[in-house]
Formats: sequence, structure tokens, C-alpha cells
Amino acid sequence: MPPRADGLPRHSDALAGTDHDPDERGYFGDFGGRWLPEALVGALDEVAEAYRKARIDPEFLAELDRLAETYAGRPSPLSDAARLTAEVGGARILLKREDLNHTGSHKINNVLGQALLAQRMGKTKVIAETGAGQHGVATATAAALLGLQCTVYMGRVDTERQALNVARMRLLGAEVVPVDNGSATLKDAINEAFRDWVTNVDHTFYLFGTVGGPHPFPVIVRDFQRIIGLEARVQVQRLTGRLPDAVAACVGGGSNAIGIFHAFLDDPDVRLVGLEAGGDGVETGRHASTISGGTVGVLHGARSFLLQNEDGQVAESHSISAGLDYPGVGPEHSHLADISRAEYRPITDTQAMDAFALLSRTEGIIPAIESAHAVAGGVALAREIGPGGIVLINVSGRGDKDMETALRWFGLGDDTAVDGTERATEAAEKGAVNAPDGPPAVRPSDFPAAPSGQDIQL
Amino acid sequence: MFAATRAEGRAALVGYLPAGYPDADTSVALFRAMVEGGCDLVEVGMPFSDPVLDGPVIQDAQQASLAAGFSARKLITLVESVTAAGGRAVVMTYFNPVMAYGVDAFARDLASAGGAGVITPDLIVDEAGPWRSAMDAAGLAPIFLVAPSTGPERIALTAGATRGFLYAASTMGVTGARDQVSSAAPGLVARCRELTDLPIGVGLGVRTGRQAAEIASYADAVIVGSAFVSIAKAADNGAVGAARAVAALAEELADGVRTPTPAGDVA
Ligand SMILES: Cc1ncc(COP(=O)(O)O)c(C=O)c1O
Repeated sequence: MPPRADGLPRHSDALAGTDHDPDERGYFGDFGGRWLPEALVGALDEVAEAYRKARIDPEFLAELDRLAETYAGRPSPLSDAARLTAEVGGARILLKREDLNHTGSHKINNVLGQALLAQRMGKTKVIAETGAGQHGVATATAAALLGLQCTVYMGRVDTERQALNVARMRLLGAEVVPVDNGSATLKDAINEAFRDWVTNVDHTFYLFGTVGGPHPFPVIVRDFQRIIGLEARVQVQRLTGRLPDAVAACVGGGSNAIGIFHAFLDDPDVRLVGLEAGGDGVETGRHASTISGGTVGVLHGARSFLLQNEDGQVAESHSISAGLDYPGVGPEHSHLADISRAEYRPITDTQAMDAFALLSRTEGIIPAIESAHAVAGGVALAREIGPGGIVLINVSGRGDKDMETALRWFGLGDDTAVDGTERATEAAEKGAVNAPDGPPAVRPSDFPAAPSGQDIQL
Repeated sequence: MFAATRAEGRAALVGYLPAGYPDADTSVALFRAMVEGGCDLVEVGMPFSDPVLDGPVIQDAQQASLAAGFSARKLITLVESVTAAGGRAVVMTYFNPVMAYGVDAFARDLASAGGAGVITPDLIVDEAGPWRSAMDAAGLAPIFLVAPSTGPERIALTAGATRGFLYAASTMGVTGARDQVSSAAPGLVARCRELTDLPIGVGLGVRTGRQAAEIASYADAVIVGSAFVSIAKAADNGAVGAARAVAALAEELADGVRTPTPAGDVA
């Protein structure tokens, strides 16, 4: 394949293999593996084998690149966030714009790759789990594009807080199955998807949405997301003449974060900072900060950090952001934390919503609430590093799906439009002043008319 | 146990219930009823928040038990009560609660409660090194599962790590009583027999004496779970009614394992 005219890497370049691949049993250091029923081992071996062949097959790679560029919109741009930088008064902030991809988030990078893999394997149906709905929408999209049947499992709570995405998936021809078990969020959707897979494994491909789950999913999803960092690395260097001092990304399961981190793993001077969902605050126990506030365990096929009680029962997670509301995390992140190559910090709901307003006001970019966690963390890093530094923030998705939540949080409904506008402005201003580690800039109680983040979860 | 049942020319009956279901006291009575009704072995299930291999009946029961405050410590006590009632118990548990308890401590405490072994549905042999050592040290049997999708190499690998009996999950799917026992089961058992002398138990989906009889014609143990949970749940006369219903089902199944009937022979 001839190089791109603009010299940027192609999606297929991310599949070349790295010095940071897991061992043959799927371990990144002490984390990963296959902790799941024997019945699925054959299916996982089949996926691993198909991927092993696909990643070196020129036809597969060409098709992936074609779809990435003509359908998904790669490469995604890098934006110089001049007004945000000025507002913050710290390091220069650059934004990697995965929100501009087709379907509105980084999820499409992984989904196109896996859906092509499913098609090559002769599977007629894909199943997926989704939290915020972004992975579900991306999967439904790829299934429509490639003519595959599609079923998406989604916790009942999430179907309610992300109703718009449920409608999108249905419009795209997917069946959405609300899951009432357990906490009725992402972890329960994953359980249900595994149950479906073990029952229908012959013709079904489980299109896993993040860098978690049993081997080989963490490495496959990572490889399909590595393009984010490969592009960003070149883009930042071209724009600034050097590498960034820090890279910030939100961490749910961890796919967008691993995607942007990976290109910088061998650059020891680049700090990699994952922002986890702090919910009401890690100290309250109502959060989804798996690495910052969890312990090692096994769930959904991998040994990794986990939110659990002392009896090993998995704890319910809490976040205003459905896409980060998960008690587990991909094993490679646990490893990066373990060897201190990456740092993980919690961002509370309030801090994330402040950043949500701040980015909207200063840059005209309404981020996904997931991504707003990265913005909050990135802004704090920019202050810590100070002028002269460079902070790269991954804007993993756009905020259209979150307008309902924003409307309630800021009180932007009809009656309160004037007030609400003031509140969002106030949040943006306070967000610019308060570091995420400090006290929340704006507490939900500052918005008497708006329900708290907790209430928004229905 | 298998020496005895083989001598009698019959299959063993293995009954499963989640521990602490529907509440801690009733649970003791239900396990006793399974023993008295004729289960040769009981599986004491550790309730878990995320039981991926279980269907709705058993998952709901596990959640009810957890909501009622059941814990790993209480599970050990319950095993003691089964032993005291003259029964023989193995624990069925997802692996995370065992990790949280401590692998060695769990094996040791279970052994001193009189437990015989542990079935771990989400632990494959590849990940089981330290677990097998802990079980060995405590003199307990690690029991692993094979599925219809398991090829000969992995059957041999899994059987090689298993003691007590090999658990053959008869269907690709989750637990739950079914009208028909999977047609995959006899073939799976036959494939296992070529590779191991271990007794082979068949589970997933059995609910009637007739199904038990069918499985008893080719397996060494018939494993029944969801059917016990459903019947305990349906009993309308409180703890006493539930225990009676459980004992009655155990009796029917115990008859079944004593009258092996190949599937084709069922009129
Ligand atoms: C926009 C966006 N960012 C991030 C995430 C979190 O997933 P991950 O941590 O795998 O990137 C989601 C998940 O739904 C999302 O929609």
C-alpha cells in the first residue's frame, strides 16, 4: 500500500504488532487471561486465529483502510484549543477529535475492524453490549453496512438515560434487548451478551466494545484503537515540533485511552493519565474509579482491577456517564498502573459537567460526558504543567447523546432557559478555576431546580 | 461414592441449590431434604453477583440469597450442616469470591467443614495452577467442566487436572430446566470416556425422573439444579412445604438414576 499523501498513518498500520503485546495466554504482566466458562474457549481460539490471519492479510487491511477513510472519516483532526488554553492559563491544550468520526465516537474504529473479522469468519450475526449506547450504535451501523444481523444488550437503566441511542440502534435495524438483571447497567449487559454467545456461538460473533473481557479481546480492541495515538503523535509533532508532556483520556473499559496512550508508551517523558469516573467522589463509595478505588479480581473473562466488596461480590458502579459506569477495567490498564507507566485519577460528576460546559463555551465543542472527564483531567494537568507545556486530550465522543442529562444538570429547559444559561456559564467559569483534585466547583446543590447526578440515573 | 454407585450398577444423583436460598435457615432444611430425598452428593452454590453461566432461575435465587445477607463464611457453615446431616457436599462457585476469600484459606476451611471438592464453572484449567495446589494441599477435589465445544485435546487436559468427577455441561448454554436433555450429551460423554477413567457427571437442563433415567443410561452422575430451585420457589407452604417439595423431587430423580433408560426406549 503506498503511503498516504498527507503522510499520516493508516488504520491498518495499527495492526502491525507492538513490543507491548500480551503473552500467548493473554497476560499483560499479571493481568488478563481467560476467566470464563470452558464452553467459550473454542470460540475465543477461533477469534484469535481469525485475527492472527487477518492482521497480515493485505485484502483485510485494504478493506479496513478503505472503510476507515471513506466511511468513518479517518484521520480525525487535531484541534489547537486556543481559547481553552487561554482560559486555563497553563500548558497548551490540543484536542484529538474522535468525536468527529462517523457515529460520533472512537467506537467505530474497533467496530469496523471486528465486523470485518466476523464477516471473514462467516458469522451471520453480531451481538454487542453497550453502556452509553455508543458502542451499540457503532455496532448496529457496521452491521447495517456489512449486512449482518445485530442484537445489542443494554442495561435497562442505560436504555432510559440514553434513549436517543436506543432509537438510533433500532433505526439502524438492530434489536435492542434491555437487561433487568443486577444493576441493569453495562456489567449486566455484558453478562447477558456472554449468555447469548455461549448459547449461539456457532453463527454469532461477540463484538466486544472495550479493551476488557477474555483474551484475545483486549489485544484486538486495542489494536483497532491504536490508530488514535498513531495519528495524534504525528499531528502533535507537526503542529508543535515535539511530543506532548501529557496525554489525557477517560477510562471506562479503557479502549479510547489505550488507543491514544499506546503510541507514547515508549516515550518515558510523556505522562499518560487515565481519568476514571469519580461519581459522587471515590470516598463516598458511589463511583466507577476501578483502578483508583478497586482491588484485583476476575470478572467478564479477565483478571484486572475490580470494584468489589470483601466477599468478592462485584459492586455497583456509579457515574453520571453511562459509558464509564462499569466496575471493571481492561487488563492492560491494570498493568500500566501496576508498573507506574500510566496514572489514573478520578473525576467527579460535578467536575466532569463543569468541563462539559467549559469546553462547549470556549471551543464550541460539546463533548460526550465520558470525554468531559478527560477534559477535566486534561485541564488540571495543563495547570500543573504550566505555560510552555503541551497537553493532548482525547475527545473520545461528541455530546449529542448527553443533551438530556445536560438539560437537567444545568436546568436548560424552557422555563429555566435564562437561569440555566447562567448556570452553565457559571459552571464553565468555575470549571476554569478549580482543579479536579480540589473541591467541586459547582455542587448539584447549587442548582436547586435541577436533580443531582444521582437522580439522573433514574 | 462412585465406587458404591458403580457397584450398585447405577448413576449417582447430584443436587444443586444456591446457599442461603431463600433464606439462611430454610436453606439448611432444603439441603437436608435433598440428602434425605436421595441425593448422593449436593452442590452447595456460592451466590455471586455476576453468574454468567446461569439462567434466570438460578441467578434470581443467588440474588435473593445475597440480598438476604449471605456470605462466604456462612457457606462454609452450611457445608458443615450438610456433613452433619450425613450428606456429602461439594461447593459450586464462580472464582472471584474464592479469590477474595483467599485461595488457600478457602480450600482449608472447606476441607475442615467436611467438603469433598469444588466446582468452578468460570475457571478453566489454563488459569487453575495455584487453585489446584491449594485443593491438593487440603485434600479436596478440583472439579472442572467440559462442554460440547471442547475438543479432545482440551478434554484430556481438563480431565488430567480434575479429581472426583468430570463435569460434562450437556448443552452450549446456561443453566435452566429444559424439556429435552441435549442431544449433544451422549456424544460428549462418549468422547470423554475415550480419554479418561474419571466418573462423568452430566448437567444443565435436567428436571424430571425420566430425564434422569435417560442420562443415567450413559453417565456416572446426573446433576440437577434449576429444577430444585424452581420447585423450592413454587412451594406455597413456607419452609416446610419447600423442603417437602425438594425431597419429593429428589426421590423422583433418585428413582430415575436407578432405572437407566436409553432415550430411544422412552415410550
Ligand atoms: C464517547 C465515549 N468515550 C468513552 C467511552 C468509554 O469506553 P472506553 O473506556 O472503552 O473508551 C464510551 C463508552 O461508551 C464513550 O461512548
